[in-house]
Amino acid sequence: MAAPTFTIPELKDDLAIPAIAAGAMAHSRPFVAKPEHQEPLGFPGELVEGWHDKAIAKMGDLLGKSRALRVFLDSCVKCGACTDKCHYFLGTGDPKNMPVARQDLMRQVYRRHFTLAGRFFPSLVGAKDLTREVLDDWYSYFHQCSQCRRCAVFCPYGIDTAEISMAGREIMDHIGMGQKYSNEIIGKVHKFGNNLGLQEKALRATLESLEDDMEEATGVRVRIPVNEKGAEVLLVTPSADFFASPHIEGLMGYAKVFHQAGIRWTVSSYASEAANFALFVGSYEQMHKIALRIRQAALDLGVKRIVFGECGHAWRVAYSFLNTLAGPWDFLDPAYPAPQHICEVTYDLIQKGVLAFDKSKNDDKVVTFHDSCNVARGSRMGEEPGGQFRIPREIIKACCNHFVDMRADTIGEKTYCCGGGGGLLTDDLMELRVKGAMPRMQALKEVVTGRGVTHMAAICAICKSQFSKVLPEYGMDMDMIVSVHQLVSNAIRIEPAKTTATA
Amino acid sequence: MSALTVTYALLFYAAAAVFILGLAYRIWLYARTPAPFKIPTPPAPVTRRGVVLRMAREVCLFESLYKANKWIWLFAMLFHAALVLVLLRHLRYFQEPVWTWVGLIQPFGLYAGFVMVVGLAGLWARRFLVERVRYITAPSDHLMLALFAAIGLSGLALKYGDRTDIVALKAFALGLMRFDWQPLPAEPVLLVHLALVALLMAVFPFSKLLHAPGVFFSPTRNQVDDARSRRHLARWAAAFDQGRP
Repeated sequence: MAAPTFTIPELKDDLAIPAIAAGAMAHSRPFVAKPEHQEPLGFPGELVEGWHDKAIAKMGDLLGKSRALRVFLDSCVKCGACTDKCHYFLGTGDPKNMPVARQDLMRQVYRRHFTLAGRFFPSLVGAKDLTREVLDDWYSYFHQCSQCRRCAVFCPYGIDTAEISMAGREIMDHIGMGQKYSNEIIGKVHKFGNNLGLQEKALRATLESLEDDMEEATGVRVRIPVNEKGAEVLLVTPSADFFASPHIEGLMGYAKVFHQAGIRWTVSSYASEAANFALFVGSYEQMHKIALRIRQAALDLGVKRIVFGECGHAWRVAYSFLNTLAGPWDFLDPAYPAPQHICEVTYDLIQKGVLAFDKSKNDDKVVTFHDSCNVARGSRMGEEPGGQFRIPREIIKACCNHFVDMRADTIGEKTYCCGGGGGLLTDDLMELRVKGAMPRMQALKEVVTGRGVTHMAAICAICKSQFSKVLPEYGMDMDMIVSVHQLVSNAIRIEPAKTTATA
Repeated sequence: MSALTVTYALLFYAAAAVFILGLAYRIWLYARTPAPFKIPTPPAPVTRRGVVLRMAREVCLFESLYKANKWIWLFAMLFHAALVLVLLRHLRYFQEPVWTWVGLIQPFGLYAGFVMVVGLAGLWARRFLVERVRYITAPSDHLMLALFAAIGLSGLALKYGDRTDIVALKAFALGLMRFDWQPLPAEPVLLVHLALVALLMAVFPFSKLLHAPGVFFSPTRNQVDDARSRRHLARWAAAFDQGRP
């Protein structure tokens, strides 16, 4: 990678709230989608004639479809509670990265066109027309929101900036101003079944060579089946798990868990992607279309359970939205939640005593856990509130002797985003990604120097990719980031395949 | 009947109509608009009962604000709690005989008038002193604080300065409710106080004061976390179920 052309934030002992620096990130904007990325999704190829009226009409359409949008645009009192909560504000100081100011980019136009106060007294209530300048601000700053929902936790009215930035991106898609990164990927899923454009033949070859690797390392043939009809479990995992480190080590962990528990499982080449980037662009239609691939695959393969691998926003879509988008799941085994997270599966098996670990295999590590924002604030695991925080930590503790949490205001529901979520994990936004990672890096650095932490585990493909990139920028080793099921994979005791299946 | 009495009587009927109809329309709009997805923020309750408790904590204790910022929480709590007491204290002008508990809270209501102004001053000071809050403040944010402060201060002036003919005022208030108008005392401070209250009622449904009904409709706070066990489907989204596998 070329040397960065921006200053990397310095990690201080405390996380200071920066002074505001107006326009500091006004130049940050991702590549605009080309017609070949837009048109397959049914969006206009380029900025359309009469985009202003079409944008306002789309906003009206969304206001009628989303209570959240309507209530959130009306309810803000500008109290300032959110102003120091966004990692992008903390890392850049740009005031338009304060959640309320980001919302105001849309709220000003909403007021002008949809409220009496804004129609008659625009300057009094901060109402503005949707000018080209405002549209450019939308494009820039709605793509500086990773939709992590940290602000929503602290807002006295629960205003969720993610809902606003999703609506903003949806409106821009409809007038031909989409973002290349997300829309290109959504197109690939429709065409190939995964974000990478990986086809069945290549997928089979990759997974076979992984089986060989595991056999070499353990002496046991652990299978990673593809398109096996009649399997009990369909595993839907981010395609990063098929090819990149440390994701792939996580996949080996899932495989060993299923193997050891004697659960027949399979991945599907048709639904070979857990990620659903349509979430990021706020498109119900696209999200629905991608989710239906999973329903189709589950029906075709005749599985009884659906399990998701380690992926943050995918788990939000799976846990919170999949029943809405592609349910009901009445053809699956009602004894299990549909869908399940791989961490829930592993945790249950640990509780039942099915899995055994040699924790000393991870004794070279002092591990901390990064709560991924979409898991932490957009979903749950297990039966009780907060299971999404407890279960991954219990798994880590079951297979590692040394576990340390980061500062309390940077984990759990208050976790900081990795800086690359929400459709921003693209090289054209590298400055934003590095600066936005600062609050997480600062908290990590604290436990590295104070508690001897050597590794940070995560359960999100975006977090893992993002940290591999930004850790070196902050003077830390890219190999510090590991998958939770990589730790499982290291420590799990496995035996040759059993013949009878037990769940 | 003096022109002044007629003017104020009509003013209050108009303000009350705008307040009630405007708010009812807004609430109807919120209630009618579907929420396509389950988006509660954690730790989210898994039962309806849990949601009621969460909302109660949010509305009565400002739970999220407490997590966010202790200074805003303190001033907001002072202002809102005092405002509630002041409003309850004013009930006595609209009832005859006065309910026992309304009689009992009168002294607290008086102190609350001062506390309310202190809370407002704190919130207002932040708009000047904190750079980030200054940046997000629009003229209407100052005006709203000014309106509340003027109502509070004119109310305190009526009690501790230019004391008004409270018996006549109560007769006017009861007269409004019974459609049997009684003369309004022509005292400048009282007229200012009443006019500002009417203005507040009239701007309520068009302003950020909509946060009051809004919080109850906020999907991140009022939804049960049960997405896996109960299928949540918005009316308009049901069409997507057609023709799928």
